[in-house]
Amino acid sequence: MNTASRTQVTLNYVLIIVCSLVAVYPLVGVVLASLYPSGPASAPSGFALPPSFNWHNYVSAWEQGGFAASFTTSIIVAAVMVPASVGLSILGGFAFATMRFRGSKAIFYLFILGLIIPTEATIVPLYYDVRAMGLLDTYWALILLETSGELAFGIFWMRAAFLSAPRSLLEAARIDGASSWRTLWQILVPFARPAILTLTVLTFADSWNEFFLALVFTVNHMTAPAGLASFSGRYTTNIPLVSAGAVIVAVPILIVFIIFQRQFMRGMLTGAVKG
Amino acid sequence: MDAEPVPEVPSRAVVVGGRRRPESLPGAARRIGYLYVAPAFILYAAFNLFPLAQGVNVSLYNWDGITPGTWVGLGNYAAFFTDPAIREGYVHVLILMFFYSFMPIVIGLFLAALLSRIRIRGLTFYRMLLFLPLVITDVVTALAWTWVYDVNGPLNTVLKAVGLGHFIPAAGWLGDFNTALPAVGVFGMWGEFGFCLILLVAGVMKIPASLYEAAWVDGAGAVREFFAVTLPGLRYELQVVLVLSVIGTLGTFDEIYVMTSGGPGTATSVPAYLVWRRLFQTGQVGSAAALGIMLMLIVFVVTYGLNRLMERGAQE
Repeated sequence: MNTASRTQVTLNYVLIIVCSLVAVYPLVGVVLASLYPSGPASAPSGFALPPSFNWHNYVSAWEQGGFAASFTTSIIVAAVMVPASVGLSILGGFAFATMRFRGSKAIFYLFILGLIIPTEATIVPLYYDVRAMGLLDTYWALILLETSGELAFGIFWMRAAFLSAPRSLLEAARIDGASSWRTLWQILVPFARPAILTLTVLTFADSWNEFFLALVFTVNHMTAPAGLASFSGRYTTNIPLVSAGAVIVAVPILIVFIIFQRQFMRGMLTGAVKG
Repeated sequence: MDAEPVPEVPSRAVVVGGRRRPESLPGAARRIGYLYVAPAFILYAAFNLFPLAQGVNVSLYNWDGITPGTWVGLGNYAAFFTDPAIREGYVHVLILMFFYSFMPIVIGLFLAALLSRIRIRGLTFYRMLLFLPLVITDVVTALAWTWVYDVNGPLNTVLKAVGLGHFIPAAGWLGDFNTALPAVGVFGMWGEFGFCLILLVAGVMKIPASLYEAAWVDGAGAVREFFAVTLPGLRYELQVVLVLSVIGTLGTFDEIYVMTSGGPGTATSVPAYLVWRRLFQTGQVGSAAALGIMLMLIVFVVTYGLNRLMERGAQE
């Protein structure tokens, strides 16, 4: 078998550690930069610790960047759109996985089409539709568009998850005379819990990271990334302050990623890459 | 170790044009299915399908978004062959693909071949670090790289330290006409390579050890082993990263907006950025719609073509 020599083992570790450092360096650099004295004169070079740890940059960035408001938007939008899109995906995925009805195949393919419709293809009419509905610069614009934008993937994902349930589970439910509603919630949903958790985590990440929709549809109700972009536009030369803002916006997604690492990896490696 | 039931989910990347198309729908004939699908379908139709049809309609007009538009038929599409701004946008996207798609795959393949098939302790931890560029908000990572490229940033510090300071463009890496696009490209390469590496290394681990032993018995060297065993064994993973990264590149927007605003001049302008600019800044709404629809068609053709290509390659 593979008798890995010492040099091979060392080489493996060196390679993987170097790659990890490359991946992490710009991010660590930003954390260090965020602690330099605020102002244009103190741009950090990236290889030294700051002369003093200016934690106050975080307070200044939070206040001057209006992050209290943009975090509120991001949290409200995610709190509504994540359960909504996951819930609707469960319902739809269930029907496509366990039922046959006239046109079911065609409708399923219409959803699949959504996997490759880029936002750019619909954004122009959507802007005027949303304006006509009086929803420009509201939470609802982002909630409705983000929810519908996740449905194609969500239904695709949940259908596959329910299809992987053993036939015997469904047979048993049928013999017991369970309604479709009970079969879904008492048998299939508990079975598919890992897949649902993965979908939930990915949907949250998509919502938190959403930038294009926020840029187009909001002015005063910007999400955290859009608020950060506008903040960085106003303070281009103040690297420590902008860096502190960037770290603030990264923290929530970082926490979710650390807690739900396995779900993230599984979801992303099976194809749900952001964008 | 991982006892949870993991659903066998094929990647969404290979749905269109792939042989792994959804098999015929199973289950009993149940009208109630409509009720389960209806809420999702109504929302999806209202905010995705209907606007798509509207978009096609708008794209046939010369419209500034305010005054009534004039019908131009396929005029906005003909502009793909005459409007240098559009052609330039697609050229830029092609160049970005080299960085966002080709390079990460080459690096990933090279490392996957180099890493011998042994368990690495703490792999979960390294995987987590390698995933960070992809997980963290684009706006944040783009700002991080704006700092990397800053006048006094780490890149210039290193170049000056090793005596290559004269290579630094006067306008800065993101401000110079020649370096801005490759600079964005390097950012994208950084964003993708960890994902490619993880996916490809995981793929190598799944190749049966017997194949490697057979190659060894046949006296195959490292290079032949790579082309005879590793590369064919990674076909599915390669198909996934290729399709995802190419589609992702076609839609590049966030980092352009944050790092360069399409500049200097139009040196980093890309199709998605043109859609945004024409919708909001230059009052070419009909053209913006046509750009969006064309982008979708291109994504469709590329996805279909790549999947077919990869699968034909597998059959030979």
